[in-house]
Amino acid sequence: MTRHRGRGIASINYPIGMNLGGDPSQALVHSNPSGKFTVALSSIDLGQGMKSVTRQICAETLGVPVEDVYVDTADSDTGPHCMGSFASRGTHRVGNAVMAAAREARGVMMEAAAEELEVNAADLETDGRGNIHVKGAPHRSISTKDVAIAAQFKQGKTISGRGIFLVPLSEVNPETGEMSPATCYAHACLVAEVDVDDETGEVAMVRMDSAYELGRALNPRLVEQQLVGGAWMGVSHALYETPEPYYPEPVHGPRDFVEYLMPGPGDICPHDIAVLERPAPDGPFGAKGPGEMCANPVLPAVANAIFNAVGVRIDDLPITPEKVLRAIKAQGGARPQARR
Amino acid sequence: MLELRKDIFADERDDNLKEIGKGTQRQDMLGHVTGTSSYFNDHKLQGMLHLKVVRSTQSHARIRRIDTSEAERSAGVRRIIRGADVPVNLNTLLSLINFGKDDEPSLAVDKVRYKGEPVVAIVADSEREAFEAIAKVRIDYEPLPAVFDVEDALKPGAPVVNETYPKNTFTYHETYDRQQLRFGDADAALATADHVLEQRYQMSPIEHAPTETNGAIAAPDTNGRYVVYTSTQALFFSVDTCAKILDVPSNTFHFIGGTVGGGFGGKVDTLTEPLAILGAMLTGKPVRYVFGREEEMQYGPPRGAERIYIKDGVMRDGRVVARKILAYFDSGAYTRLSSYAAVKCAAHLPGPYTIPNVYGDVYCVFTNRTPATAMRGFGVTAMDFAIECQMDKLAHLINMDPMEFRILNAYRDGDMKAHRREAKNTALIECVQVAAEKAKWPLREEFKRASSRKDGGGNRAVIPPTPTDSSRVRPTSPVQQRTSYDRLPPTVTREPPREPPPPAPPPPSPRPAAPSHGATRFSSVFGTRRR
Repeated sequence: MTRHRGRGIASINYPIGMNLGGDPSQALVHSNPSGKFTVALSSIDLGQGMKSVTRQICAETLGVPVEDVYVDTADSDTGPHCMGSFASRGTHRVGNAVMAAAREARGVMMEAAAEELEVNAADLETDGRGNIHVKGAPHRSISTKDVAIAAQFKQGKTISGRGIFLVPLSEVNPETGEMSPATCYAHACLVAEVDVDDETGEVAMVRMDSAYELGRALNPRLVEQQLVGGAWMGVSHALYETPEPYYPEPVHGPRDFVEYLMPGPGDICPHDIAVLERPAPDGPFGAKGPGEMCANPVLPAVANAIFNAVGVRIDDLPITPEKVLRAIKAQGGARPQARR
Repeated sequence: MLELRKDIFADERDDNLKEIGKGTQRQDMLGHVTGTSSYFNDHKLQGMLHLKVVRSTQSHARIRRIDTSEAERSAGVRRIIRGADVPVNLNTLLSLINFGKDDEPSLAVDKVRYKGEPVVAIVADSEREAFEAIAKVRIDYEPLPAVFDVEDALKPGAPVVNETYPKNTFTYHETYDRQQLRFGDADAALATADHVLEQRYQMSPIEHAPTETNGAIAAPDTNGRYVVYTSTQALFFSVDTCAKILDVPSNTFHFIGGTVGGGFGGKVDTLTEPLAILGAMLTGKPVRYVFGREEEMQYGPPRGAERIYIKDGVMRDGRVVARKILAYFDSGAYTRLSSYAAVKCAAHLPGPYTIPNVYGDVYCVFTNRTPATAMRGFGVTAMDFAIECQMDKLAHLINMDPMEFRILNAYRDGDMKAHRREAKNTALIECVQVAAEKAKWPLREEFKRASSRKDGGGNRAVIPPTPTDSSRVRPTSPVQQRTSYDRLPPTVTREPPREPPPPAPPPPSPRPAAPSHGATRFSSVFGTRRR
């Protein structure tokens, strides 16, 4: 038995939002009389961090601390329409809607503050810590809480805002396929290193090195959880998973997690990630969306690494030990390629 | 470990922000780590009933007779629901955005089109009693020939899976059986390329494998409304789908999602809400319909499997000059969202590279299997697998470093993409450079200096003359060195034939200097070997 090491790469891009557009999302932002803000969405947090990322977008746009914003999701009576949490559209589409709503709410907040401070609203700025003050004169200041109280009980103003974001639907030319599929794209390149056992056909992940370009990492820890988890979904697609192991014959399908193979804790390996930020002109603070694309480069990178290790190409997924072993035997043994 | 490379594209950003860019703890973290976050299934309501469905045992069969008489007498059964009880039984998800025809029943009536298709729903006091009643439903099937392979489904005389689409392909633009992409003259470029490489790739279906399976709880609310707790990924998508199927105004419903225990695309299809609400309407009680793990894994929609053929022309200097792609999306028995993914896939061609001649045909094909749906990377994951394996083979073929090969062909700002829009805000080259750096993969100086912001546009911004399909003339016997690793693509016959079958490639001339992958192996893999 010999274990052969190999490295493979893949580079990809990924469109942000529903293909062709036409997928609106709305947001409502309003303040209570204590200057605490609620973002009302019908959008869904799938565990990816939708609540947290829209919360940061709202706080940044309003100019208040993130603790002063709470995001309420997933209610069709209180949240305005959203197309849904899919197609890497949450950060880009919903984020933009929240930004627009927060901008409108900020406008009212600054007007109300200006009235209290008896200055022009254009001369005011927020300090991000819950205060609004005259530019260049921090002592002429009022807290957002006092502004909210004044707006509500004295001025009769609603510190609130509405936002919608829509990329207009594109036509598709049936002959040429001419279309406007997306307004921005995320990018990635990943290097996978594997060990291939030429006696069993088993493939073990050794390490991954990657670079992902996401416009702007609004919350680097949420980005990291997506990229790490997504890469393992990619490994799982490449080497383990399928509900139809004899596709296209629909037989012997797994029924539970005993029969359905996925990598376990013993199968994981180090993954060193770099994040690049080239802001999308129409993204909230330039953000695109890391959600879907993070799995995509892993599948081909692993397949290419297996070729580099033992000289076989497996072009149908998943790349099971059986397929690797049969291919090695068919070519009369492992043929390691030039080490990279 | 995550490293932010703030040095790259720094001139395009304002990094002077207060909340953005911080690794702030998530708003819902405390609930998650203390196990107090609320999921749809945490709503245990007084008098709640349980709904389960009788699933087809056949992949394709006519339903002769459904006998529920014994099931009706089974203990704890409150209501049996048949297709005729569903106000608008036929629906397609994307009818909400006017895309596609209604092709899928909530409960099968005349025919079943995949193994596991819901035929009858049973509402009972407990899940156990619902399952016991299910075992007492007798369905008399007349089996029909089934088709499982996407290319078999397109052959003349193939069984018709779904009568809404009698040719087993989704209909685009009213008349087309595929989504086309045409940019430049791929055939002419292939005829003069130094090497031609043609390969076949097969994606497998994938289960979303969420921790929390699909489900919903519907309950009568005051004033004739219904409250619905759901695991949906798309709240209003589900609201509007239910309003259509149940034929009531959408504000009849108050949908409440919550924390979702994993979506990945598998909770867009609104699989459980319509029947749960209908059960609540018919019994006046709260009704819970949740998939078991086996249902989620086998009858909940998977990522569809795509079969992809790629034929590329590459020059010895490393330029890819033509890419021709034929892709089949296996939609299963109904459309769901695969029709949409095929268009997204066409838009994605030829990957993140500037290739002057691109030709794509992407089919959404119906087969007698569980309908496929969206999954992370929808329409793109399989194509990226195919394209990036192909890129690796091309680099190997011309003996070029695979990283440098990608930088050479990468799209750059100002280039014209194959869907005829200018590339902007590109960053593929920088990703390759940084990944190489991280992996200590040596790049030559000229490739380290390349930039997405330089050397794009100009000639690369031109939309090339593109022959229409009718004017396309097959190239005569090519004189260039050809390398064919694969078997010939199967001759796809369907009516009417679009173009004459491709000429057989000439016998390979002397092998290129670069090491080859071995022609015999691929033919053995695709010709005779069974998985």
